[in-house]
Amino acid sequence: MADTPETNREAAGTKMTVRETRAWFVREVLPLEAMLLRYLRHNWRDKSDIEDLLQDIYVRVYEAAKKEIPAAAKPFVFVTARNLLINRVRRESVIPIEAVADLDALDIAIDAPGPDRAAVARDDLRRLQIALDRLPPRCREVVVKRRIEGLTRREIALAMGITEETVSAHLTDGMCALADFLYGDERP
Amino acid sequence: MSDARLNQSAKEIKARAAEWLERQERPDWSPADQAALDQWLAQSTAHEVAYVRLQSAWERTERLVILRPLAEAKSAPRRISPLLMRVAAAVALVAMLGATAAYFVLQPRDRTYSTAVGGRETVTFADGTRIELNTNTVLRARMTTDQRIVWLDKGEAFFRVKHDATHPFIVMIGAHRVTDIGTQFSVRRGKQNVQVAVTQGRVTFDAPGIASQAALLMQGDVATASAKSMTVVRKSESALNDELGWRRGMIVFRHTTLAAACAELNRYNRVKLVVTDPDAASRTIGATFRTNDVELFARVAEVALGLHVTDRGDEIDISR
Repeated sequence: MADTPETNREAAGTKMTVRETRAWFVREVLPLEAMLLRYLRHNWRDKSDIEDLLQDIYVRVYEAAKKEIPAAAKPFVFVTARNLLINRVRRESVIPIEAVADLDALDIAIDAPGPDRAAVARDDLRRLQIALDRLPPRCREVVVKRRIEGLTRREIALAMGITEETVSAHLTDGMCALADFLYGDERP
Repeated sequence: MSDARLNQSAKEIKARAAEWLERQERPDWSPADQAALDQWLAQSTAHEVAYVRLQSAWERTERLVILRPLAEAKSAPRRISPLLMRVAAAVALVAMLGATAAYFVLQPRDRTYSTAVGGRETVTFADGTRIELNTNTVLRARMTTDQRIVWLDKGEAFFRVKHDATHPFIVMIGAHRVTDIGTQFSVRRGKQNVQVAVTQGRVTFDAPGIASQAALLMQGDVATASAKSMTVVRKSESALNDELGWRRGMIVFRHTTLAAACAELNRYNRVKLVVTDPDAASRTIGATFRTNDVELFARVAEVALGLHVTDRGDEIDISR
């Protein structure tokens, strides 16, 4: 045993850009999801494509942001969305041209006022409550126990008389549903 | 352009991201797991985006637990059996004699480690012992071939001690002494008291001035000693995890008064929260915050509790 300890500092300078990109994406892009989904649904006939389209837009925006963070998120996201739709239409000639007739609605979407921060925060509280209430009962119970009561997976399994694997399955379902509610403004 | 969607639908990627996120919260999450996650994230931007999206939504739910009233039963103080205390005292005495003998043999070199307000640092010693220093902490260590002693002069630290039966690991907090018996525990030095929380294994806790007061603390025990008394409560794994939230950069409040919550956040930040009236100070909250997120805390006080928040630069006043 020698008395020469190593010191590991928490700060990691090289990771800064990754963190910055992520923070920007969460702060600027994800809040646009509900608006973006409305835009996609409005302009794309096949509704089963929407989720994949959304992902493709996110991937393009994110990869661009890794190189350089766009000055204004909203126009950038919607222009990316429009270009993607146009490319898709060109590639998949089966899609009738009317599908993109409303692409000009883009300008309206960009000009619409962004949500102000105080309203978002207030809204958040209410929306989370609604989102929680919409989860299936067992799923909600698991999420509340994990998130609000802070129980571990094992403790939840014991309390509810289910296996730890089932707890995990409820948690992952809950995570996906909550993200869709909170960002996508999913309403039945 | 990575075109992962050709192989996997957005829905499938989302489900996979959720599985990672869920596994990551388990206590047995290892560096190997983290490496596997990092690799998955690096595979495709679609993976990374799905993960970041789910994680941020999940974190938001953590922040907003303030919505729900918490009806958590307080854990009852537990009495320590006199027999256990005697055993513990004996163990501590042996440990002390060992340490004293070594002192004269060796010319020890002490090293000092410290963190600033808001800082956090991990020190790893050659014997495999790891110490995590929380905000605003000063710790001196004497780690030689014959003895292992640290002095917690200020603040809070978490210890993961490599067990060595012949060389007990000793933490001195003023006149209080914690002696490990192969374990993980945290020690916090307050103005009036010392708190020891054991997350794994056992320690003995020696408080001066109270005869034969060495207590044997087991996993889950949280002992608080002042100059004249000591209480021990047994806490659940999750409650202990909450208390040690700072190791992940988080503070967890449960039924915490606003006054206490502000005091806790103030340990980590230069900008100080000040509650200016007693009515607001006694309101209770349950929520989780990043240790440095004073701004979010102020916003929650404003929006969720309906309090008045005034930003004065170095100070944020909260009132009715």
